[in-house]
Amino acid sequence: MGEPIIRLVNVVKCYHENQVVKKLNLDIQQGEFLTLLGPSGCGKTTTLRMIAGFESVTEGQIYLEGNNVADLKPNQRDVNTVFQNYALFPHMTVEDNIAFGLVEKRVKKSEIKQRVAEMIKMVQLEGMEKRMPAQMSGGQKQRVAIARALINNPRVLLLDEPLGALDLKLRKQMQSELKHLQKRLGITFVFVTHDQEEALTMSDRIAVMNGGVLEQIGTPREIYNRPETKFVADFIGESNVLDAYVTEVSEGGIHVKMEFGDAVLKAGGFVEEEMVYLCVRPENLKMTKEAVPNFNIYGTVKEHIFIGSVCKTVVELASGLEVKMTSPQTDELYAVGTRVNIYWREDQGVILHTKEEQLYNLIENTVQIEGGMHEA
Amino acid sequence: MDTKKLQKSEKAGFAPLSMLYACLVYLFLYLPIAVVIAFSFNTSKTNIIFEGFTFEWYAKMFDNRQLMESFQNTLIVAGVSTVFSLVLGTLCAVGLYKFEFKLKSLVSNSLYIPIAIPEIVFGIAMLVFFSSVHISTGMFTLIVSHITFSMPFVAITVRSRVAGFDRSIEEAAKDLGANEFRTFMRVTLPMIMPGVISGGMLALTMSLDDVVISFFTAGPDSTTLPLKILGMVKKGVSPDVNALSTLMILGTAVIMVISQIAQNRLEQRQGGNNSES
Amino acid sequence: MKHKWNNRLPMFVMIGPAFLWMAIFVLAPLCYVVGISFLSKDSSGGVMFPLTLASYFSLWNESFLTIFSRSLLLSLQTTIICLAVGYPFAYVIANAPKKHRGLLLLLIMLPFWINSVIRIYGWNTLLRQEGVINSVLMSIGIISSPLEMLYTDGAVLLGMVYELLPFTILPLYASIEKLDRSLLEAASDLGATKPHIFTRVIFPLTMPGIFAGSIQTFIPSLGLFYISEMMGGGSTMYIGNLIKNQFLSARNWPLGAALSLLLILITLVLMKLYTKVGSLEDMA
Repeated sequence: MGEPIIRLVNVVKCYHENQVVKKLNLDIQQGEFLTLLGPSGCGKTTTLRMIAGFESVTEGQIYLEGNNVADLKPNQRDVNTVFQNYALFPHMTVEDNIAFGLVEKRVKKSEIKQRVAEMIKMVQLEGMEKRMPAQMSGGQKQRVAIARALINNPRVLLLDEPLGALDLKLRKQMQSELKHLQKRLGITFVFVTHDQEEALTMSDRIAVMNGGVLEQIGTPREIYNRPETKFVADFIGESNVLDAYVTEVSEGGIHVKMEFGDAVLKAGGFVEEEMVYLCVRPENLKMTKEAVPNFNIYGTVKEHIFIGSVCKTVVELASGLEVKMTSPQTDELYAVGTRVNIYWREDQGVILHTKEEQLYNLIENTVQIEGGMHEA
Repeated sequence: MDTKKLQKSEKAGFAPLSMLYACLVYLFLYLPIAVVIAFSFNTSKTNIIFEGFTFEWYAKMFDNRQLMESFQNTLIVAGVSTVFSLVLGTLCAVGLYKFEFKLKSLVSNSLYIPIAIPEIVFGIAMLVFFSSVHISTGMFTLIVSHITFSMPFVAITVRSRVAGFDRSIEEAAKDLGANEFRTFMRVTLPMIMPGVISGGMLALTMSLDDVVISFFTAGPDSTTLPLKILGMVKKGVSPDVNALSTLMILGTAVIMVISQIAQNRLEQRQGGNNSES
Repeated sequence: MKHKWNNRLPMFVMIGPAFLWMAIFVLAPLCYVVGISFLSKDSSGGVMFPLTLASYFSLWNESFLTIFSRSLLLSLQTTIICLAVGYPFAYVIANAPKKHRGLLLLLIMLPFWINSVIRIYGWNTLLRQEGVINSVLMSIGIISSPLEMLYTDGAVLLGMVYELLPFTILPLYASIEKLDRSLLEAASDLGATKPHIFTRVIFPLTMPGIFAGSIQTFIPSLGLFYISEMMGGGSTMYIGNLIKNQFLSARNWPLGAALSLLLILITLVLMKLYTKVGSLEDMA
């Protein structure tokens, strides 16, 4: 990876006393499709708006191609935005909407005409040049909004939940169109959404935010398969998160104990007596009546829920905690009331430090580093 | 079925009576106007009995220098005060919408003062104020007072239009490279245009209509048409005043209808900011 | 710091002029009037120190009180008649087919756009002794000698009602039009009779409109001095004429100012009452 096209360094945003973005560091690479994902109020939209220039930065720097743009106005930044509700100019035709940016740049009329025509062709709105926004459907407005932003050849295109107002079918279609458009143009897209499925299907990388903090950044696969925090595991897809306690760390793996059983798992970087989370996706969880090496977690089948392609089974553990698992509907199912043992493939479960432990480790590491520096 | 029938019959019985009532009220409102117009075609010199039909007053009114002067004053005052109150009021309304600041409630409440207090108090307040700063009444004071009472109406009308405004549309303009001024000219102003037009019309008619405040702020050389007529009523009004009034009535009606149509056109074109949701 | 000022500049440009204007030409003059009311008049018709409450005390005098109560009575009558005439009318308009409503409202507004002196002058022509109504009535033989209509208290009342009726109708219309039809259906579904639907549902729900309409009629009616001059011949004094005279002919500014403050006080009390029922914005 080369020089990032956008770099956020220790960016803080406060509204009055309220910190909505806390010391955010984020590098966005040239040409990638990066999604800011998180629940509402996590600071993702604020982050996008700071990049666009609609919100001032309380602390920190935002670099666009190496230049700090934190103090520049939106009209001085080489980025363009596609707004959540499209924000088309209601008093202008489709053509005039798309040409807006070029008119501001004082591009020659003949060139504007030609480029607008190209854009209209690209977003497949031929024949609608003279329409007013009020006469268009949501999907068409969306295309106008995209064309209006892209005609300026921005270095980065920012998209603030642009598909939120569309119905499901149209939304799926626009998702793939947007993705293809991005691939073809090679422009960096920064996309904000709260819809994890949308994020997973469209993105090259996903940055998961929560409470103004960047929880994890990685490819969709990394985010889904190897969540680094409990929040990510919970938020992306469905996950069973179990509290556990490390009793022993040995060559064979770490021994963990839960309220309702114990297991031996392969993992490194954990210490004895540490509290951990075990995260397993429902589709990776399996059950059997027989004993399984290393797993000793028993429960009772409580109910089966048929949901189409798969069947969802709820198993109640001895402690009363319920775990969910899904299996292909063709699989034979244990009858309700059967006592089963729960297990998963070693590489399909994730063990996470709890927050306090992370902090503890961090302090320890820092002390070590500092100690080392002193010695040197 | 039953209730439907009942409702229908009720409506059928109700409608003619209510129509009649509405017509009576309209008659009440339009009767004096009709009389003014009718007497402008009267051959008699006095406005008392209708004797015959003539157009002569429409020619003669141009010879009545005092009348023409007051008419001219009325137009100048209305024109100038409308322009000023439009600019001040529109900027203020948009500013109040855009910015948050400490004295905001003071500013927006001060807009309601001229609306709320009786006109006569406002008129005498201006009179004593001007005399205290040694400005003698005349065209200047007249125009200033008209701007003062019509500007709040413009600001409030425009503000109600701006209130339903999607902020991201202005952001979009800036995002596409427009600065503050260009954004205002190319996006904000066109979008609030219907509000600005109706604010302007309000200012114009209020200025043309005003008697009470002008009574105190007009000088001897700057009477407006309403003041002139007021002064003439007791001595008897000659029909050339009716003729001029008729022209003014027609003129106002035409302007109002045109502005109403223009406004509807604009609204329709923009289709409301959120027609879909 | 410079950065911050740059951001604030558009704000000052937009709001500053209007606010300055209001401060100079509204707030300052009103404060000045308040000040004058505590002074006394000098021989040349100006004002002079020392501060005194004399003007206020002089209001407590039989002739002023008569004028004052007469004015309040006139305003009250005007308001009640406007409401009585305007409410059914607003109700009819609000229930008219939607496509006609705009036109019907426009027809209400249209006379309001025409100068009121011209319109009142029309009434003057109609009502005078040799005027249209008398001649018509006499020619069909209903009356033998002309009725005395102009220059009576009734004529003043008529002029007031005429001038202020649109101001009553518009807020009434707005509140009636806002009524949710389904509420009326619910009421009749629950067994309410037509009169009961009105007294128990429509009337309470349109109360804000009634209040707004009353205030918009009552307050201006106190100051419309020219109507009593044109329709009443100036023979009967109302508070508007009284104030006007203090500033123009009698040249007793402190007294006029005190009277004006009295009007403002009445206005404020009414507004305060109103804000308990509705919001200020509804009035504009």
